[in-house]
Amino acid sequence: MTPTLTEIAKAFSRVLGVTLEPGFSAEPGGGASANSGITATTTSSSSSAPSPATTAPPATQASTGTAVPAGLTTPAAPTAGMIPSSPIVFTEHASRGWHLDVTVTAPQVLDTARLMDRLGFCLDMVTGVDWMAQQAMEVVYDYLHFDSSVRVVVRTRVPREAAEVPTISEIFPGANWHERETHEFLGIRFAGHPNLTPLLLPEDATFHPLRKDFVA
Amino acid sequence: MILQKDIERLSAGSNETFVLNLGPQHPATHGVLRVKLTMDGEFITRAEPVPGYIHRMHEKMGENRTWAQFLPNTSRIDYLSAMAYTHAYVAAVERAAKIEVPARAEYIRVITSELNRVSSHLVWFGAFLLDLGGFTPLLYAFDDREKILDLLEGLTGSRLTYCYYRFGGVCNDIDAGFVEGARAFVTYMRPRLLMYRELVTDNVILRKRLIGIGFIDRDMCRRYGASGAVLRGAGVNYDVRRAEPYSVYPQFNFDIPVFPEGDCMARYLVRMEEIAQSLRIIEQALDGLPEGPFLAKGVPRMMKPPAGDYCFAVEAARGRFVVRVVSEGKDIPYRLRLRTPSFSNLSLFEEASRGMMLPDALALMGSLDLVIPDIDR
Repeated sequence: MTPTLTEIAKAFSRVLGVTLEPGFSAEPGGGASANSGITATTTSSSSSAPSPATTAPPATQASTGTAVPAGLTTPAAPTAGMIPSSPIVFTEHASRGWHLDVTVTAPQVLDTARLMDRLGFCLDMVTGVDWMAQQAMEVVYDYLHFDSSVRVVVRTRVPREAAEVPTISEIFPGANWHERETHEFLGIRFAGHPNLTPLLLPEDATFHPLRKDFVA
Repeated sequence: MILQKDIERLSAGSNETFVLNLGPQHPATHGVLRVKLTMDGEFITRAEPVPGYIHRMHEKMGENRTWAQFLPNTSRIDYLSAMAYTHAYVAAVERAAKIEVPARAEYIRVITSELNRVSSHLVWFGAFLLDLGGFTPLLYAFDDREKILDLLEGLTGSRLTYCYYRFGGVCNDIDAGFVEGARAFVTYMRPRLLMYRELVTDNVILRKRLIGIGFIDRDMCRRYGASGAVLRGAGVNYDVRRAEPYSVYPQFNFDIPVFPEGDCMARYLVRMEEIAQSLRIIEQALDGLPEGPFLAKGVPRMMKPPAGDYCFAVEAARGRFVVRVVSEGKDIPYRLRLRTPSFSNLSLFEEASRGMMLPDALALMGSLDLVIPDIDR
């Protein structure tokens, strides 16, 4: 089964409980262009309401001096550290490296992983990013499809001091090691993980070297 | 004297297991990888890889030096496939900063990357056969590889950890001597591949060691994110050079070797065929090598890519290598993520090796073509 980019986006909208704007479609062949009309809006569906523990922090500009005026950014290149205005955004592969960018709440990570599994996607990698200025931890899931070559990025944000997202290692066993690595380097907990011990660091390591406040 | 109770105990089958440490200094792991094996006699009930012995924290190093200063690091992740790794990093930064690379530079990148792929496959070929108990092929393979190393040393100054690519091109142009040497190597290597087939591939001992051993199917690859020859040996026609075309690869005719069997032999045959395909690419690139600059003009010495996150994937010798950079518009990267093929390919070992005999599991591990610093980073 090789779903098209539009079908994938529609499947995401059903899982996330958001409605896509009329005329929502992507160019065939996975070459979605960076047009701003293709966005989705959140509905007041109870299933998509974020739980208090995972409320995304306000999208304030990092106080680190990033001098990009807010009006100049497009969906294809959001300012670093900014949360996209819409949960489902088409991106241009040639300028970013993936086709579809989906922002979810932490509990929705499981549903999106199940969706990706159902659509025959493969888990490429799990990445953590420490946004210390905004007191947030970002977890990025990269997916790819063998047959259609579509690349999907699913990202979520959790509070930095209580960073916890559900594990997807039950769905994608390859995530087991990626999550262990993200946990040991950034201190992000993966709830339900069978063995959240250091993988590359010494087995008794309690430090998290990729946290921005880490001092060697 | 054999007692009746001893006979009963032995014939009933023991449920006793013992722990066997493979590595971290075992020659079959080609570096410092430890595998904690729970054995039931000769059979593996559980294999738990313990990586991290040569972890160097490249991702953190990326956060405390400028974009250009990270370039030498990229060749030290997978030291056998340095060109492709540098390619992924410079291309990710070029994608972020929107730098156009001159055509000649892209051709040179393809030629050197493919030469590097051949030399990497030759190391795997020799070392894999050594794992299986055949000593002679290693001597032939390293002899052939030496010719590539000499060529690339003349061009880059390094024999292994090349730091040859720059943002916007390559660091120096290739000369007539290099072109001649690369052509001579292609001409030389083709009959060698026939010789390898007669000497090794058709050898009945090798076939008995590899055929039907170590099955990895498409679904296991998908769940673990395996790539490269492991994936193509499971019948999946996936190669980043085709799936997410980059550089000037779309301009060349080459086949993606795919073998559906999913056993060690399939992965062996994929890599041997890939050497032949790389030679085809090198030949075409040398024929079509355009004139012009080898480095883009106006690339700032101090890079400051626009804020945002960017990905770039390449097909390295071991599979899919991805660089994910997060920029804040500053002269140092905010976050640098390296997704390495050996990491994902090894993570399926626990599931794939369950119930295998130990010598067969070593064949399976060799067929994954692991490079340990690529796992540990």
